[in-house]
Amino acid sequence: MTFSLKDQAAIAGIGVTPFSKSSGVSELSLAAQCVVAACDDAGISPGDIDGLVSYTLDHNEEVDVARAVGARDLTFFSRVHYGGGAAVGTILQAVMAVASGQAENVVCYRAMNGRSGKRMGQGVSGQIITSSYIHYSWYMAYGMLVPGSWIAMIANKYMHEYGVTREDLGRVAISQRNYAQQNPRAYGYGKPLDMETYLASDPIASPLCLYDFCQETDGGCAILVTSADRARSLQRKPAIIRGVSQASTRGQEEMTSFYREELTSLPEMQLAGERAYAMAGLGPDDIDAACLYDAFTSEVIMQLESFGFCGPGEGKDMVRDGALDRDGRLPNNTHGGLISEAYIHGMNNIAEGVRLVRGESTGQPDKAVEHVLVSSGVGVPTGALILGRD
Amino acid sequence: MTPEEQKAFEDKLYAYVGVEVCSRKPAKDAVNETMIRHWTEVMGDNNPAYTDAQWAAQSRRGKTIAPPAMMYVWNQEGYSVASTGRASDPQTDMVEMLTEHGFTGVLGTNVKQEYFKEASPGDTVYVEMVIDNISERKATARGAGYFFETLATFSDQNGDKLGTQRFRVLKFIPQEQPAAAAADDKLEVPTRIPSPRGHDNGWWWNAVDEGKVLIQRCTDCQTLRHPPRPMCGECQSMAWDSIESTLDGEVMSFTCLRHPKIPGYPADPICAVIKLAEGTNIVSNVVGCDFEDVHIGMKVTGKVEQVDEKTMLPQFYPAQAGA
Repeated sequence: MTFSLKDQAAIAGIGVTPFSKSSGVSELSLAAQCVVAACDDAGISPGDIDGLVSYTLDHNEEVDVARAVGARDLTFFSRVHYGGGAAVGTILQAVMAVASGQAENVVCYRAMNGRSGKRMGQGVSGQIITSSYIHYSWYMAYGMLVPGSWIAMIANKYMHEYGVTREDLGRVAISQRNYAQQNPRAYGYGKPLDMETYLASDPIASPLCLYDFCQETDGGCAILVTSADRARSLQRKPAIIRGVSQASTRGQEEMTSFYREELTSLPEMQLAGERAYAMAGLGPDDIDAACLYDAFTSEVIMQLESFGFCGPGEGKDMVRDGALDRDGRLPNNTHGGLISEAYIHGMNNIAEGVRLVRGESTGQPDKAVEHVLVSSGVGVPTGALILGRD
Repeated sequence: MTPEEQKAFEDKLYAYVGVEVCSRKPAKDAVNETMIRHWTEVMGDNNPAYTDAQWAAQSRRGKTIAPPAMMYVWNQEGYSVASTGRASDPQTDMVEMLTEHGFTGVLGTNVKQEYFKEASPGDTVYVEMVIDNISERKATARGAGYFFETLATFSDQNGDKLGTQRFRVLKFIPQEQPAAAAADDKLEVPTRIPSPRGHDNGWWWNAVDEGKVLIQRCTDCQTLRHPPRPMCGECQSMAWDSIESTLDGEVMSFTCLRHPKIPGYPADPICAVIKLAEGTNIVSNVVGCDFEDVHIGMKVTGKVEQVDEKTMLPQFYPAQAGA
């Protein structure tokens, strides 16, 4: 008794708080603000929310958010694990809840004081007591304590194998910083970046330097998922969920999949893509724009290969051809992404996917955007989402 | 001190800013292998670039070098200070003046070295030093006082700059501080973060403490696995033993971690995924060579070493040619 989730649900509202380096308010305040903003965008009352989904890393309990915004009965609540790998996984949860009748108005949220509070960059350097962190015992004593150190290991091998240069990573950073010049919400707004500055930036974890890293941000982002039919009756143009997936593959670890035969691809991302394409009945050629998870520049290039936009080792060629730019083959992270808009753990990339489908991005390409691909965190169990214009 | 007295005192104190403590003078001994060996033994630094002439001959430099951090060692006065005392110079005069005004406490607070060129046995290190800056009067947890910083510049016999050292000292009026004193007793040198040891991985680290790197082996299907797990992913057997790795391997990938600096860790550690001869991968450090010399595909050989007061770790060195 299986049925496809294709076109069953849609994103009817998105909401964001201002992004900053010091919000001055609690994470619960950020969560409440973005959830209400998503309801306002869709034109529903927060009292109508009956489902809430977030990341296991989010500090805001579903019931606290529900009380804060005045939601009444919740009939669905859930969390997704693996850091930024949860991003589109929250949407999958919501779609399943909506399609199976468990809930009608499900809000996915991520709210964090990611700069002024608990910072991702603090890594695992604190007291390690939970069993899920015991695998970091294989890395901590050697000095590998933070995400940059784990990702750099894969990036170095990938770049070595395929002749990817620092300039190629720089092209990703600069392309996204260029988009940020049109986006007043973005950290990078009014702060353009050129190649000379990029190449001169401080080394952090070779081969990655400062501008290869995403932001650390205080802010919240919420996505309202409802049935496609109901979305059509609300005030905004729906972003129909054509395909959505989660994926983890053999040899998978959280950030440290160093034990596979090859370290030069992202097999979990490839599987996520295949599953999302299969559900949507689409392929790479049908995707007009993307929001590829970009905690680090190297991840963007690798994903071009995972999602079949090019062959193995050809990601750099697409980047050199300007494919990610506004007039390119695959305009990517048109808001600036996690690198230049804000690091809301990938949730803000989903919101941008919705804007692209609506035709409302500050970096909207001139061409028609029918389908947008959004991905979850890289180097972790992940997922992919394909949004379509109704 | 009244405000007027303090003003008069500070006028005299700040007159020392920019004063030369010593003009350029050579060390008593040239850079030599004996002192390098003493120093590296005390420091526990076994980088072959410093002491292994045979290794160094094949390295990029072609010869051994003195550890850059030893730069300041060559011009130390040595034991003559104990018998005849230290000759007076503008720095000792200034310190004496501070002491006479009640700033009897002394605490070295920071040393910052910068390196520009390496010295090898046979080179002569010259030093020159100035009093670079003196802070305003500060209220510190130790008591009120002044920070002063000397700037020493080191050069070689050709006049080429080897490096600089900034040494910052607090001269202060000591306060009664039982709390601070007690805290001092508990000061510990930071060590690397200990690896959490649970049921499935504790045995592996216990073996490292005894100098061995083990690889878990399924006793039913003989498949090796690392990191350790409670069940064989090939045949679901929970029976296992282990073999000891030869620690011969090859670098699959690596990274040099330049930021952030972490207390208890060496600066800029090189971490690598190493494919062991037995077929499993392990993450560890590559040591005993420069970052520029590490490459993907490089052959390495490991041994378990004590890397700090509390930590035993496998560490991998470039494999000796022909070995």
